Amino acid sequence: MSHIRLLNVTKRFGDVTAVNGLNLEIEKGECFSMLGPSGCGKTTTLRMVAGFEDLSEGEIHVGERLISSRSKNWYLPPEKRDFGMVFQAFAVWPHMSVYENVAFPLRVRRLPAAEIERRVKDALSSTNLLAVSKESPENLSGGGKQRVALARALAINPDVMLLDEPLSSLDPHLREEMRFEIRDLQRKYGFSIIYVTHDQAEAMALSDRILVMNLGVVQQIDTPLNVYNHPVNRFVFSFIGLSNFLSVVRDGDGFRLRGGERLPEGLKPTQQDKVVGESGERISLASRPSEIDFCNEENCLRGVVSRKSFLGEIVDYQIKIGDQEMRVQKSRRAPGPNVDETCSLRLLRPFWYTEI
Amino acid sequence: MEDLIRIEGVSKSYGAHRVHGNLTLSIPKGECFTLLGPSGCGKTVLLRLIAGFEAPDAGKISIDGVVVSDPAAGVNISPDGRNLGMVFQDYAVWPHMTVFDNVAYPLKLAKKDRKEVSERVMETIAMVGMSGLEKRLPSELSGGQQQRVALARALVAKPSLLLLDEPLTNLDANLREEMRFEIKELQRKLDATVLYVTHDQEVALALSDRLAIMDESGRIRQTGSPWEIFERPVDPFVFNFMGIANFLSVRREGEEYFVGNGTQPMPWEKPTGDCKEWVAAFRPSDARIAHDGAGLRGVVRRASFLGAMMDYLVDVDGAALRTSVETHEAIANGLMFNDGENCVVDFHNLHWFEAESLREVMGTSVREGKS
Amino acid sequence: MNTVVQKSRFGVAQIILFLSISILVVVVAVPVLLILFNAFWVNGKFNLNDVIRIISEPDTWQALMNSLIIAAGTTVGSTIVGTFFAWLVTRTDLPYKGFMKGMFLVPFMLPSFIGAMAWKMLLSPRAGFINKFFMTYFGLSGPVFNIYSYAGIILVEIMYLFPFVFIQVCGALERMDPTLEESARISGAGLFTITRKITIPLVLPSILSGALLIMLYSMAHFGTVAVLGIENGIFNIPTLIYQRIHQSAGSFSSIRTGTVLATILVLTAAFILWLQGKILSRGHYQIIAGKSFRPMELKLRTLRMPLFIFCIAYIGFTIVLPTVVIFLVGGLKTYGLPFTWENLSLENYKFILFKYKVTRDAIWNSVTLGLSAAVITMFAGVMISYVIVKMKVRGKGILEFLGMLPFSVPGSVIALGVILAWSGKYGVNLYNTVWIILVAYIARYMAFSLRANSAALEQVHDSLMEAARVCGASMWQTLKDIVLPLVRPGMLASFFLIFLPSLRELTVSIMLYAPTTRTIGVAIYTLNEDGETVVSAALAGIALIIIVTGQLLVERFLGKKAHR
Repeated sequence: MSHIRLLNVTKRFGDVTAVNGLNLEIEKGECFSMLGPSGCGKTTTLRMVAGFEDLSEGEIHVGERLISSRSKNWYLPPEKRDFGMVFQAFAVWPHMSVYENVAFPLRVRRLPAAEIERRVKDALSSTNLLAVSKESPENLSGGGKQRVALARALAINPDVMLLDEPLSSLDPHLREEMRFEIRDLQRKYGFSIIYVTHDQAEAMALSDRILVMNLGVVQQIDTPLNVYNHPVNRFVFSFIGLSNFLSVVRDGDGFRLRGGERLPEGLKPTQQDKVVGESGERISLASRPSEIDFCNEENCLRGVVSRKSFLGEIVDYQIKIGDQEMRVQKSRRAPGPNVDETCSLRLLRPFWYTEI
Repeated sequence: MEDLIRIEGVSKSYGAHRVHGNLTLSIPKGECFTLLGPSGCGKTVLLRLIAGFEAPDAGKISIDGVVVSDPAAGVNISPDGRNLGMVFQDYAVWPHMTVFDNVAYPLKLAKKDRKEVSERVMETIAMVGMSGLEKRLPSELSGGQQQRVALARALVAKPSLLLLDEPLTNLDANLREEMRFEIKELQRKLDATVLYVTHDQEVALALSDRLAIMDESGRIRQTGSPWEIFERPVDPFVFNFMGIANFLSVRREGEEYFVGNGTQPMPWEKPTGDCKEWVAAFRPSDARIAHDGAGLRGVVRRASFLGAMMDYLVDVDGAALRTSVETHEAIANGLMFNDGENCVVDFHNLHWFEAESLREVMGTSVREGKS
Repeated sequence: MNTVVQKSRFGVAQIILFLSISILVVVVAVPVLLILFNAFWVNGKFNLNDVIRIISEPDTWQALMNSLIIAAGTTVGSTIVGTFFAWLVTRTDLPYKGFMKGMFLVPFMLPSFIGAMAWKMLLSPRAGFINKFFMTYFGLSGPVFNIYSYAGIILVEIMYLFPFVFIQVCGALERMDPTLEESARISGAGLFTITRKITIPLVLPSILSGALLIMLYSMAHFGTVAVLGIENGIFNIPTLIYQRIHQSAGSFSSIRTGTVLATILVLTAAFILWLQGKILSRGHYQIIAGKSFRPMELKLRTLRMPLFIFCIAYIGFTIVLPTVVIFLVGGLKTYGLPFTWENLSLENYKFILFKYKVTRDAIWNSVTLGLSAAVITMFAGVMISYVIVKMKVRGKGILEFLGMLPFSVPGSVIALGVILAWSGKYGVNLYNTVWIILVAYIARYMAFSLRANSAALEQVHDSLMEAARVCGASMWQTLKDIVLPLVRPGMLASFFLIFLPSLRELTVSIMLYAPTTRTIGVAIYTLNEDGETVVSAALAGIALIIIVTGQLLVERFLGKKAHR
């Protein structure tokens, strides 16, 4: 049986449904990310697991324990759940030393002094904080503070770790470094992670599985590679990278651009795309700017370069196709057309979605 | 081409802290010029010297042929006498005036008649894409819209020079990308001379005709076109500042060059000079990872899937290097490596620097360089 | 950042600086210096022995001790009450928290000496309504509580001063990042542990800073002690200064005693402010919230209703009851009659508003004095704040120092100082005129104006002014078109911050009034002292109505402005 189970979890704030009928199973030792734009319900879900929000419907189990249930009116308070949690704004206590911050969860559990000392030392050494254990966390950098928060969460050796955008207050370089540290800590202690983020690269790099969420509704749950290879809908596609959408309509056997010319012969949905395109129905042809080649063949999309910018590693093109626009990004060494020139484009990985 | 701004031997200190010493720079008319540097490098001070908010200790600044600052001759024209447009990082649109009144203010000061003011204001507001919002107060606008108002206000009086002080820093990433293209469009359309100050190398590359890279001590390291700066960096500082940088330490033994502590010879173009310790610098996209073939043999230490990119940390004889492959290419060409797998790394082009010159950069701030 | 580029040595900047310094020197620095001078110099010679002699006189020593005892009691009590209520309305599920919060701030508006008068009517040992009630109906031989005591004075001061702590702690608790508490909860701590180990320590700087403000205020507080203390011979420093100067009609020795006591007040105030600054700068944690969630609410469960009733009772007892008593007594024909319909009328109110010259003069004086002081102080304050916040000129340091002075000079010290400065000794004699009160008001309220205007100017970012300069505006045009319109809300706020309190001012006016220059506060106080209790209560009632209406109007008006 899975370690963490959410059954039909729903949360309403007044008229707004923040999370709608969420079913989820997370394995022991798994790193599970919840990804979505702000306000999509990912943080609310995490807070329901933590116990800071109660449920409007459904129930949550962890291991053998039922921790929240609407129908049974059962609600285990956060302090009884024995989870570790790290917040975006660090939330380390400035009036206590680093050592005391980490010792706090052990002290409230009234563990023997020697045990506390051993566990705090262990958590501090895992996070490379032994040298600053006597300092106030106020004197540490953002990364240092977040390490204190991690060590504090580790101290009780929890089997579930809840991470609420823990890296978004850090600068990009540090963010990357901490990402790997979290992964290493997980390997060492073996806890399950529920990780909330709006940064798709972070979720991809860290997780075993990803949940993409929008407006309180699950869009896709899968491994990072599968989410990248097969985004199930237009929203998921647009959320996990730069994207182009061309609006097209069915025209007999093939397709043509909205109010424009026919698409090249081979460019049409496969069975996998699950999009038929009834006559007259508008559908989106999706592509990524980096997954488009310039070509010389006849059987290609044709457009005119309206803007070309040198951005260092890449060159960024804006191409006018009929009355629609597309971005193309090529490595700086790849040859490409100039502004106002006509060009042909080949989509390397086209996706087809019904328009929203 | 005629120079619009000429800065000759300018020095500026605050107490014992010297921000600029004997700085010389000129910008031709009609050019979009960017001052790029890490925070605290004095680029904003230079902008404020040109605007007249600060006075230089020595040297001479002239705008459009008029000397505006020359302490030796006792000349220091105040900002209102310099015929400038300026856009600030925090927008600085006046919260008690409507969009129209904000944009009209420079013309009102110039005592233009009402009809002309109204025409010019509406025209400028349209140019920045804010038509229909003239009667709004700034508090009813988004950050991006406020910055457009600031831009219109700076342009309305057709100043000889437009100064932009990190105008996009407070905007979110998408808007920033959109606005940098718009600013470039406007500059081209109006044929305006622009001096743009930023720490963001992508913005600088996207919109400048030429740019200057400034280091922490306020010294200009290199001036040139975006392509020159990116492809022909004069030193490791510039190379490091312009994007993700890899530095491989290489030692010379006789005529051969070896990476790290190993014995694999470097098969690519080699530097000239009799220095013993070198670094070979390259961008992640300049390194190609493969299972076999020509190149340096190494081990994948860490493979990270970042969505569009596969990112690899590779160990070559004790030297670490980063390379990345677009995921679709990696999948198509079988380049999805796992941790601990053996690999071969080949390079497109390497920039050679003496190890000493890199140490100087590392000593200051390799990390802050990338923003 | 230097926003003003200078060309000549005597530019606009220097003129403004000179004017600013002059105002503060004349209005604040000279009076304070004269007090120090008169305290330590006798016949042109430094004389410390005399100072020690004065302090060791039994009366003065006792007054000093009383000030300390009362201030200490008030501070401790107010801190406990203020912190408790702040915690209750921000961190628990107490019903009607918003309403409660508003009610707990009401004492800010009410003049404490009027409250003291009300409590005298309720709890004076023989005639107090409550004491009489218990003695009559329960056959008690003595009073239930004697308000003419240290405990009485302290309790009344607590009722009116605890909002200083309450508002500071409420602010800190509301701004505090809720994840600081949530992380303690997920660590396994229960809510009471969190309150004790996390919440209270984190807001401790705010609690202490509010407590010190109360200490400062209580040390120099005149009204309550004057109303309740004199009966039993309890004097504190301000009331003793008043009594000495009043009794001896300004004799030299009484002024000297006054200056020595005033010096002690100034030094204490300076020390307290220094301590407060230290606490705020050292212990001010970065606990401001990044992401906002509703903070956790402690479920009071079984305590919810009892605590709710307790709060209602507290509000009823300390705010509603005294106010009602004032209005009822103001309606009585004669003090001592029972509250029956035939004994109550609006006659007293009509009398003081339309017939009685003393009260009509007092209202006129207070309104004109308040208006003039508010206008002058508002403009002076905005100019001085501008120099301090926005300009970079040589000599600004002097101004910054002078600008601190108004904050640390208590009212009775200012009054004594202006007597020394403006009694004809230095060429100008304003004594016994309304002008001397005006000068004192300006000095007393300068701090309010500086605070409001500096805050408004800090909001006007330098780049807003610089943007105008590059657009072609001169420095004056920038001031006129950009700075003044933007600080207008701050100026308006400072105007009302001065005008409304000045309507009920007592500490300064009582030392400076002449028969024709009574203010509302003086009139209420003296009428009460003269036994005209009902007239005095009626005037107090009128004052309360004016002040509360004014306050409500301001909140409406300025509250809306702030949203623009």
